[in-house]
Amino acid sequence: MKHEIVEKNIGIMIVLIILTISGGFLAEVVPLFFIKETNEPVEGLEPLSALELEGRDIYIREGCHVCHTQQIRPFRAETERYGHYSVAGEFVYDRPFLWGSKRTGPDLARVGGRYSDAWQRQHLYDPRSVVPESNMPAFPWLFEDRIDHTDIAAKLRTLQTLGVPYTDEQIAGAADEVKGKFEIEALVAYLQQLGTVISEKR
Amino acid sequence: MSTFWSIWISVIVLGTVFGCWWLLYATRKGQTTDTETDRTVGHSFDGIEEYDNPLPKWWFYLFLATCIFALGYLALYPGLGNFKGLLGWTSTNQWEAEVQEAEATYGELYAKFGDTPVEQLAENDDAMKMGQRLFANNCSVCHGSAGRGSLGFPNLTDDDWLYGGDPDSILTTLHQGRNGNMPAKGTMPNMTNEQVDQVVNFVLSYSGREKNAEAAEKGKEVYAQACVACHGPEGKGNQALGAPDLTDNTWLYGSTYDWIRETVVNGRQNQMPAQGDRLSDDQIQILAAYVYSLSN
Repeated sequence: MKHEIVEKNIGIMIVLIILTISGGFLAEVVPLFFIKETNEPVEGLEPLSALELEGRDIYIREGCHVCHTQQIRPFRAETERYGHYSVAGEFVYDRPFLWGSKRTGPDLARVGGRYSDAWQRQHLYDPRSVVPESNMPAFPWLFEDRIDHTDIAAKLRTLQTLGVPYTDEQIAGAADEVKGKFEIEALVAYLQQLGTVISEKR
Repeated sequence: MSTFWSIWISVIVLGTVFGCWWLLYATRKGQTTDTETDRTVGHSFDGIEEYDNPLPKWWFYLFLATCIFALGYLALYPGLGNFKGLLGWTSTNQWEAEVQEAEATYGELYAKFGDTPVEQLAENDDAMKMGQRLFANNCSVCHGSAGRGSLGFPNLTDDDWLYGGDPDSILTTLHQGRNGNMPAKGTMPNMTNEQVDQVVNFVLSYSGREKNAEAAEKGKEVYAQACVACHGPEGKGNQALGAPDLTDNTWLYGSTYDWIRETVVNGRQNQMPAQGDRLSDDQIQILAAYVYSLSN
């Protein structure tokens, strides 16, 4: 074949370019949507409660995922510090997942239960009061602002449509569960459940 | 992975490698010479012409080498669907090997101290060096790097213990954690503001702090209803419940009128997370000895 043919026929060139750039996606990404290993929840995994889901949205809103990852890689240095490495089945209800890509702060994939609620609140209100060398910003407004409970049912229903097994009772009771709660309560509830499905002695 | 997806992946991966190989040779067909000449491809845009030379040899062979490398890699490592690769490598077994190697190197160090009683271990300099590092990594976030604690997180260097400072109590605290819970207004949920003021003054009197004597006198009755169940008739606390001694002038949440009032009105909740699932028994033994050594 002469490259001249490709260079002079834009149609053929477009087809060949699409074929070339889609190879990696077709082989590496497309199968993940369908195979069991990446779509089956690990044993004991429950969808987030309404309050935890609101906490997750606050986590996203405040950009926590920009400085904190939620993915422990299978290296000893990481499993020593953070606990069991992350597995795909832990994230099947996460839409989108919050693996992150940069660790300014530590990984949070298994931070749940690691510190007390009181510590989490103190740390979020004033990080340097408990960790003097920390460069994390403080989030005092979480202690003043209350959750907007009006759209939580719609959020749960959307996730239900996407395949997260929420029951209709959960959706019906969602607004009452979060009504009047402070944002900090939601965020701490979210943090305290992170990674608690899998625990293993290191 | 099902056979379908296994084949799907294999076909695309191998198709890509051989496709590149084919492209490399196919584009050489129109080539008439092996060496560089002054011949151009014949077109001219704004006076710019293009030489019609073959790909430099080093470049051509580099392309070929990447194709061969890819095939070798795919034979050795998992890359073709369900084919595990001749080396049998997985990220999990690499991690397991790392962990085993570390276990072989460091396990002995920990095991050496795992059976030694806490009091004895606290005298051992090597064990305490390890203990200090374990403490820095796992405990200092709440208790501070020197173990002096902070507001709401107990000081471990003094002689005041919420749950007991003997080796067994420290070990239990580390293994199972502790759940501190002072209910708002103690056991008297209908406490009035006036009664709150009285009981705070009464609590201040326990440790000889400045108080309103008249209110404190009345607070005694409130204390008997609201606080005595946990803090005891003499305010000495109860280590079985983690109820602090109110007479010793050591304060977890602040010693002033306002702080104590806040504690009485809203209660206090805090937990010491269990470490039994996070650290090995040997590590906990060393940590317990380190904590013990801080105050003994």
